[in-house]
Amino acid sequence: MKYRIIKDKVAGGVMTLFTLLSLILLVAMAVGLWLKSADILEEHSMWNLLTASEWKPMRNQFGFLAFISGTFYVTGVATVIALPTSLLMAIFLTEYSRSTVRRYIYPLLDILASLPSVIFGVWGTLVIVPIVSDIIGPAVGTATSGYTLLSGAVVLSVMILPLLVSLFIEILGNVEIDLREASLALGATRWQTTKHVVLKKGLPGIIASTVLAISRALGETIAVLMVCGNLIIIPDSLLDACYPIPALIANNYGEMLSLPLYESALMFAAFILFFIVLVFNLGARLYLKTIKTE
Amino acid sequence: MAEFNPTQKFEKIEHNGIEVRGLNIHIGDAHILKDVNVTIPKNKITCIIGPSGCGKSTLLRTFNRIIDTTEGVKISGDVLLGDHNIVKSHGSDLIELRRHIGLVPQRPCPLPMSIYDNIAYGCRIHGIRNKEKLNAVVEHYLRSIGLWDEVKDRLSAPAGRLSGGQQQRLCLARSLAVEPSVLLADESTSALDPISSKKVEQLFVDLKRDYTIVMVTHTLQQAQRVADHVIFMYLGEVVEQGPARDVFNNPQNELTKRYLDGAFS
Ligand SMILES: Nc1ncnc2c1ncn2[C@@H]1O[C@H](COP(=O)(O)OP(=O)(O)OP(=O)(O)O)[C@@H](O)[C@H]1O
Ligand SMILES: [Mg+2]
Repeated sequence: MKYRIIKDKVAGGVMTLFTLLSLILLVAMAVGLWLKSADILEEHSMWNLLTASEWKPMRNQFGFLAFISGTFYVTGVATVIALPTSLLMAIFLTEYSRSTVRRYIYPLLDILASLPSVIFGVWGTLVIVPIVSDIIGPAVGTATSGYTLLSGAVVLSVMILPLLVSLFIEILGNVEIDLREASLALGATRWQTTKHVVLKKGLPGIIASTVLAISRALGETIAVLMVCGNLIIIPDSLLDACYPIPALIANNYGEMLSLPLYESALMFAAFILFFIVLVFNLGARLYLKTIKTE
Repeated sequence: MAEFNPTQKFEKIEHNGIEVRGLNIHIGDAHILKDVNVTIPKNKITCIIGPSGCGKSTLLRTFNRIIDTTEGVKISGDVLLGDHNIVKSHGSDLIELRRHIGLVPQRPCPLPMSIYDNIAYGCRIHGIRNKEKLNAVVEHYLRSIGLWDEVKDRLSAPAGRLSGGQQQRLCLARSLAVEPSVLLADESTSALDPISSKKVEQLFVDLKRDYTIVMVTHTLQQAQRVADHVIFMYLGEVVEQGPARDVFNNPQNELTKRYLDGAFS
């Protein structure tokens, strides 16, 4: 066999191997977490663990509901803030601004997107927490320390914003100029063109990017942990504290050795998080498939 | 006077062709169009010919001011269509003016929506919502370009599924549906197979009764088949223009002669 053909076969084989490895890694992670959770699942029913909100490891009470709802609330509110903002920013940058504006803003976004999350956490405690406790709290007549669901969500939204904007810019920028011109040539305004043509064409990509950003947000740990208060309650309002799953694991891992079920409980927490992200991604993928074939 | 059109819904512009006077275009530091003076006669097909990069597309894109999407472009001079000065209009006037000047692009580019919506889009953005009216418009214009029988059973299918030739005819119908007076075509048949290309070309010939047509074309044969009026450009300047018969049979300029003889392209 010719050398170049052998090379081609080897390259193909190696790539397949690596792809399979990453798949195996994913399965191994899930199985590992599941096995480690076995101890707690033997003693408590899954249903109880997921629906109870009492968390007292000393008294053998492990209810995850507060953490699960904390995760969903923080991520949900952060998405509600970040998604429209980033979409409008991306639209402004790709459809309305001049290239000189873009030249300065794009590198800035990249820097923001690559800042370590602890920096966002520090910024949150220094800026957002005081704003919430001194301005927003009094304004709505609620006494609050500032370490709240709202602060967590704001910090989280600021963290995923640059990521979203970069992804959206990429997607909107890839919509052919011809399409925009076809619409403008019919006498459409720029906004009509953006709404009916550019966003429509970019919709699958916009959804995929949002999924990526939300997945990141679901697992974000340090920045949120620093500002969200970490009280084991199911938050009733934006000004309550909350306690998302990643914060639970990060705060307690290493201190659980004395209690037999504690480690297993934290592993189960990790498994829940893993499962949420997985189901969310698969669901989004299915949805994307249906709108793409439309 | 155009015959009675049951789907008529917009006002038409009163004009007598396009008059271009002293048009200069700069993009950044480059002087792209140099003192262009041309006349585009009404209800005729005017072909713009010339070697690659001579500014044909630029001139065409000035007629509907799509050139504005190019960054760093500076326009001076006058482009007159009826009472309107295309170069001087801006804001809502410009957007309204674009409706009167249809554009058929080089590559077919259906909007990311259904066949029906592609035709209805133009009417919708200009405020027509009435379902029956839209139905009538869609059928009328799909018929006028001979696409109705091919697509009438799948109007809600994405337009991207049509063949290239069908897509290009759809783009033509889409332009016609907002009732322009002028039709611009930038090598609109060059991306099509020979049969589709002939079909689209014939459509333009049929349409000149009701529309003023400006076509950029790379193939001299096409220009010779369809042109009533010819503009020959070279390096951003208009070298020669006039009735097709005169320019093709008796070119006055040495450059035109050599171009028509195929000495360069
Ligand atoms: N955005 C731009 N920036 C700078 N120069 C440009 C730009 N667009 C076009 N040009 C220049 O303007 C000149 C005319 O371009 P134009 O596209 O009008 O040529 P054309 O006659 O249509 O050519 P072709 O037959 O290849 O389509 C070319 O020299 C081109 O390089
Ligand atoms: Mg061109």
